[in-house]
This record gives sequence, C-alpha cells and structure tokens, in this order.
Amino acid sequence: MRTKHLFLAGVAILAAVATTSAVPGGGTVSGKVTYEGTPAKQKPIDMSKEPSCAKQYATPPTTETVVTGPNNALENVVVYISAGAPDEAAPSQAAVFTQKGCRYLPHVLVFQVNQELKVLNEDQTSHNIHPLAKINREWNKSQPPGTPPIVDKYDKMEFIPVKCNVHPWMHGTFAVLKNSHYAISGEDGGFKLPNLPAGKYTVTAYHESYGEQTQEVTLTGSETKNVNFVFKAKPY
Amino acid sequence: MGKLFAVVLVIIALASAYPIATRMYVMPEDISTHGHAIDDQLSDTMKEAGFSFLGAQLVLAFFVFKFAQRKEGAKLTHLPGGAKLVVTVAFIIVGAEVFALGVLGQKAWANVYFTAPRPDALQIQAQAGQFAFYFRYAGVDGKFGAIHPDKIDEGNQNFFGLDPANDIESRDDIVSGELAIPVNREVHLLMHAKDVGHSFYVRELRIQQDFVPGLDLSVHFTATKIGRYEIVCTQLCGLGHYNMKAYLNVMAQDDFEKWMKQKASEL
Repeated sequence: MRTKHLFLAGVAILAAVATTSAVPGGGTVSGKVTYEGTPAKQKPIDMSKEPSCAKQYATPPTTETVVTGPNNALENVVVYISAGAPDEAAPSQAAVFTQKGCRYLPHVLVFQVNQELKVLNEDQTSHNIHPLAKINREWNKSQPPGTPPIVDKYDKMEFIPVKCNVHPWMHGTFAVLKNSHYAISGEDGGFKLPNLPAGKYTVTAYHESYGEQTQEVTLTGSETKNVNFVFKAKPY
Repeated sequence: MGKLFAVVLVIIALASAYPIATRMYVMPEDISTHGHAIDDQLSDTMKEAGFSFLGAQLVLAFFVFKFAQRKEGAKLTHLPGGAKLVVTVAFIIVGAEVFALGVLGQKAWANVYFTAPRPDALQIQAQAGQFAFYFRYAGVDGKFGAIHPDKIDEGNQNFFGLDPANDIESRDDIVSGELAIPVNREVHLLMHAKDVGHSFYVRELRIQQDFVPGLDLSVHFTATKIGRYEIVCTQLCGLGHYNMKAYLNVMAQDDFEKWMKQKASEL
C-alpha cells in the first residue's frame, strides 16, 4: 500500500516537473525565503487521546505553523507566479494528501484549479478532513481506516486551511493555484521557478502564518533572476 | 397459559435481579475522597429499587397465577375502597420512597456540588470541544490569561484562545491534553464548552459533570490514588463523540512539579 502511494507521489512529482518543462529554455526565477525576528516556538502535540497515532512517535511531533531551517530559512512558503503567466489546464495526475500518524503529509499541498485531489487515510483511526474553504465550496468528509481515498477538486484559486474534525491538532494548508509555476521553499528556504517565457511577472510568496508578499520581475530570455523574500517573524 | 406467564414473570424478575444482587458488575475502585458516599448511596438506591421491583413483580405474578383460569361468570371481587384507595396508597408509598431517596441522597450530592472548594485548591481550567478535552494551568504567576474565543487557533495549539502577544498573564499558562494532578490535593476544575454540550466523566473519581456552552460550571475533588485513568465524554456531542477522551494522570507531588516544569519549558 505504502509503496503504491510513494509511487503515486513520485509520478505526481514527475508530472509536475514535466508540466513546468513545457517551456524549455525559458528564464528562471529563483531565490530564498527567510525571516527576521523571533518566530513563534513550535509546541509539541499531545496525541494521548489517540494512542494508535501517539505510539508512532518517540518524541511528540511539534506544530508546523512556522517551520524554519538554518540561517533564518523559512520553509513551507508557496512561491508562485500570481500575474503574468496564463492560466493552465490541470495536470492529469492527482495531488495526494495523506493522513498519517494523525498529521497531514505534506503540511502544505500545492495543486492546480480542477486538478484531482486525493486524500488518503493511512491511520488506524477515523479522520474527518475539513478544508475551510471560503471561495470554493466548503465540505468535510469522514474517512474510517481502510476506506478508499476521498477524491475531489477545487474550481477556484484559494489558500485553504485544512483541519480534522476529530483531531483538533491536525492542521494543514491547500494552495490551489491557476498555473504550474509554483514551488515550496525547502529546508534552506530556497525555491526555483524554471522555464518561464520572457515577460513581466508578479511573484508572490505565501506563508500560512505570515501572509503574502509580492515582487515584480521581468525576464528577457533564458537568464536566472534572483528574488528573495524576507518575512517578519513574531514570537507570539 | 396464564399460569405459564406467571412463572415466566418470576423467572425474568429473578434473572434481572441476580447480576445486581451478586454484584457481577462492580464499579472500579474509588480513588476520591467523596466517592464512598456516592457508592453507599448507589448501593442503597439499588437495594430499595431492587426490593420494590421484585416485590411488585412477585405480587403481579401471584395475581396472574391465581386468577389465570377464572371460571366464566365467576363473581368479581373488589378491594375495599376500590381503585381510588389503591391508587392513593400506591402514590403515598412510591412518593415516600422517592422522597426518602432524595433526602438521603442529597448528602452525597451536596458534598460534591454544594460545597465550596478549599481556597488553596489547585485551579485547573477544562475546555471541551469537538472532540477533545484540553486543560489549562495558571503557570508560575498563578493567574490565568483572559480567553478570546476569536483567537482560538487549534493548528497552533491555541485551544483556549489566549492572546500572548498582548496579554502577559497568558504567556506562562500551561495547556495540556492530559489532566495531570497531584495526589491528595483538592482540584477545582473550571469547565467551559467551546461548541456544544459535553460531559466530564471519570468512573474512578465518581464524577460526572456536563459542560454547557455559555455556562461557567465547576467541580472539585481530591484524588487519593496515583495512576492513570480515562476521562470520557458522556454527552453525545457529534460524529467523533465515541473518540472524545483524555487521561487523568494522578501523580505524586514531586512528579507533578516535574511535569509542570517540563510543560513550562515547552512554552
């Protein structure tokens, strides 16, 4: 089962790469997302009410509302082209969101408008996923262990906080975007948006706790433009 | 047929009374200072109700048996005074029984609900929400920070709606998913519901108290035995009700202090 999911995830990544390679030889926007100040301390999650999940962790996992890396790197920031690139048809591969160990994997899932969303439950307990959509239609769906994936899609662009109606600590984000030019900042805060045709773009960085920042960038050929984002972190 | 019915009636009555009379289902050990009064009261109630039940069933069976095959045209006999007297007597007997249970039982009840906690009782705030309990301790300053329902942010573990950015008193508040308490110290539990009605039930503590949204309710108790006990919600509160539980962890004073320090270090 697990291998299959890994395989699916692999296929999804390959498909994403394939889609973004649609304009080979274009320009690239790359850079780093960092923070300044003191970010909120992430708290350990007490899962004692759900022993089947709690026992999967030697030490309790922490919240992920602000995930940082070395040198003030800020992870889980969705960097995408919010203006300048045309809307694109959704890729045929599903975006996969997994409920495992009473957490959402990945914490931030980016996919496109009308792209298939597949929600898996790999836990021995029931979940009730509830994406708190405001622009799209809001729903919540119950998923007992061993039941087939929940399949749905969103038809409008939106950043949607996701919670579980059974386990209050479970929290994630759906980023539904209009085109395939997106990236999530990694452990070093780095991101890369390759294969952009020449043109003027608005690059937006979205963080679930710190909000949005935008920058304008103009590409003339196959050059790489460096764009950095700095978010102001607050301890509370 | 009528006589058989009477026999079946007796069998059912005795079979129902048997598991209770022989204490086949016992409550788990009581770990509270007030629980023995509840247990005694429950036992008295069971005895009284049990004897009344058996008596009523046996009298019913007796009459069914006796008059099961009455000849046709046989003369009807009435109790002197007719139905009015029977009903009046029944009303007085049942009324006296209920009244007696109430008068005797209020002692056990009032001990828990109508007395104030000791002034030095450990104050803990409980918040029930779909579908988990969370508990808050005042921290080193001994003060609870104010609650702002609009600030509740569960993904960030802010289950109570604290505002640490502006409210210094809330910064050291300790929030936990388990209810850790020291043994032999009175605890005053302040209870709030976030959304719908819930209930706080710990069998071993002999405490069951509803949470009602919008009401400040509280219970106080002293646990006398170290151990880990289950807290369950006993008010049907929605889809995940079956899974709404937490643990009560009764610790030695030293262990409790260590636990508080550990929790404070995570802030």
